[in-house]
Amino acid sequence: MSEESTPDDHELRVSKIRDGTVIDHVRGGQALNVLAIVGIDGSEGEEVSVGMNVPSDRLARKDIVKVEGRELSQDEVDVLSLIAPDATINIVREFEVEEKHRVEPPETVEGVLSCPNPGCITTGDEPVDSRFEVLEDGVRCDFCGTIVREGIADLIET
Amino acid sequence: MRHDHLITSKQLSRDDVEAVLDRAAEIDADPAAVADRHAGRLLGLLFFEPSTRTKMSFETAMKRLGGDVVDMGSVESSSVKKGETLADTVRVIEGYADALVLRHPRQGAATMASEFVDVPLLNAGDGAGHHPTQTLLDLYTIRQNAGLEDLTIGIMGDLKYGRTVHSLAYALANFDAHQHFISPESLQLPREVVFDLHQQGGGGQIREHDSLSEVLPSLDVLYVTRIQRERFPDESEYQKVAGEYRIDTETLETASDDLTVMHPLPRVDEIAPEIDDTDYAAYFEQAHNGVPVRMAILDLLLEGGENDE
Ligand SMILES: [Zn+2]
Repeated sequence: MSEESTPDDHELRVSKIRDGTVIDHVRGGQALNVLAIVGIDGSEGEEVSVGMNVPSDRLARKDIVKVEGRELSQDEVDVLSLIAPDATINIVREFEVEEKHRVEPPETVEGVLSCPNPGCITTGDEPVDSRFEVLEDGVRCDFCGTIVREGIADLIET
Repeated sequence: MRHDHLITSKQLSRDDVEAVLDRAAEIDADPAAVADRHAGRLLGLLFFEPSTRTKMSFETAMKRLGGDVVDMGSVESSSVKKGETLADTVRVIEGYADALVLRHPRQGAATMASEFVDVPLLNAGDGAGHHPTQTLLDLYTIRQNAGLEDLTIGIMGDLKYGRTVHSLAYALANFDAHQHFISPESLQLPREVVFDLHQQGGGGQIREHDSLSEVLPSLDVLYVTRIQRERFPDESEYQKVAGEYRIDTETLETASDDLTVMHPLPRVDEIAPEIDDTDYAAYFEQAHNGVPVRMAILDLLLEGGENDE
């Protein structure tokens, strides 16, 4: 069942795309963080549509992100799971949903989050990427051991 | 040890710990046998914050193995002052030395540095992080005095900021020791450490207390750490708490005669000097054990398992 085959009033507010990715069932209010994680800020000229806090059956309110002309890689999808664990990823080609994925948490994320511990070596001027182990309910810095369970989206490096 | 680097006590299995302690005991029994063992080899000392004793202990250990040290010197006089990164510093000094010892104020510094070098790197303290060689000498002292089997230990003082405590707790979880943590509420073990201990499977053996008296009679070892004055917002709060965690002969009245009292030193007034001459005191012995234990660690890391053949 593709999202295109069950259009409702709310989804129609966000235009259909021809080729690209639809990230659906993002937790309400996280859409902009999703874009930050996949590094899309519109500066490359991508056509991006965002629906925020639209009613949903599965979640009380959900966000939906549609990116024209860009297919997300598995790595990007993995990282999304940290802030959008319920998300579904639809790869659209010629207006048809060709692939559908659920996000799955990766074991580690590198260079995506910055460590909140000001004493951590990765927050200085060293030539090293941040690296976090993904726990069941949070992430943990591989270098200093700090565990973050809430506010992970605030750590996204921009 | 199977490892190229020694970064945290968490990486050490029970077998690893026993290999180090056994080697340390051999060296302790016959230091002359290893006097030339690492002749011509150099240990690089990189101390980004002062720690005279730890540094001297490593220096002594390396020299007693027949080797020598090259010392980066104080941070003030080095290129670090000019803004060089730690990653660059270790890559340069790696070219001079056969192994490196790093003390650095930032947590995770040793982990990061080890990813830039091929020679063994030993963490001699990274901020509030880890200090595994201290843990190994603590374990050596515990094994000598009380044994590591079926151990009941009380660990008391500043458990929140004390990295030696965290490292020790991780290592003891390998030995299924009963660990009692005694501290003021504000200085309890960080929840992350408790989480880890449970993950390691040692969680069932852990209890937290705010007073020593109830557990003291059951203890084989009492490991005391310093409560730092600067952790408290005002002096009176500190005075109130500090007194409760001070050991003297009266405090120890209900203790077992076989109790071993340890402290990573330096102490301020956590342990009354009257304890020093009793059979309880093992803290100076503990400090002396730093040399044979560090000799054992250096020996195992520099050999890299070559002598297993
Ligand atoms: Zn960190």
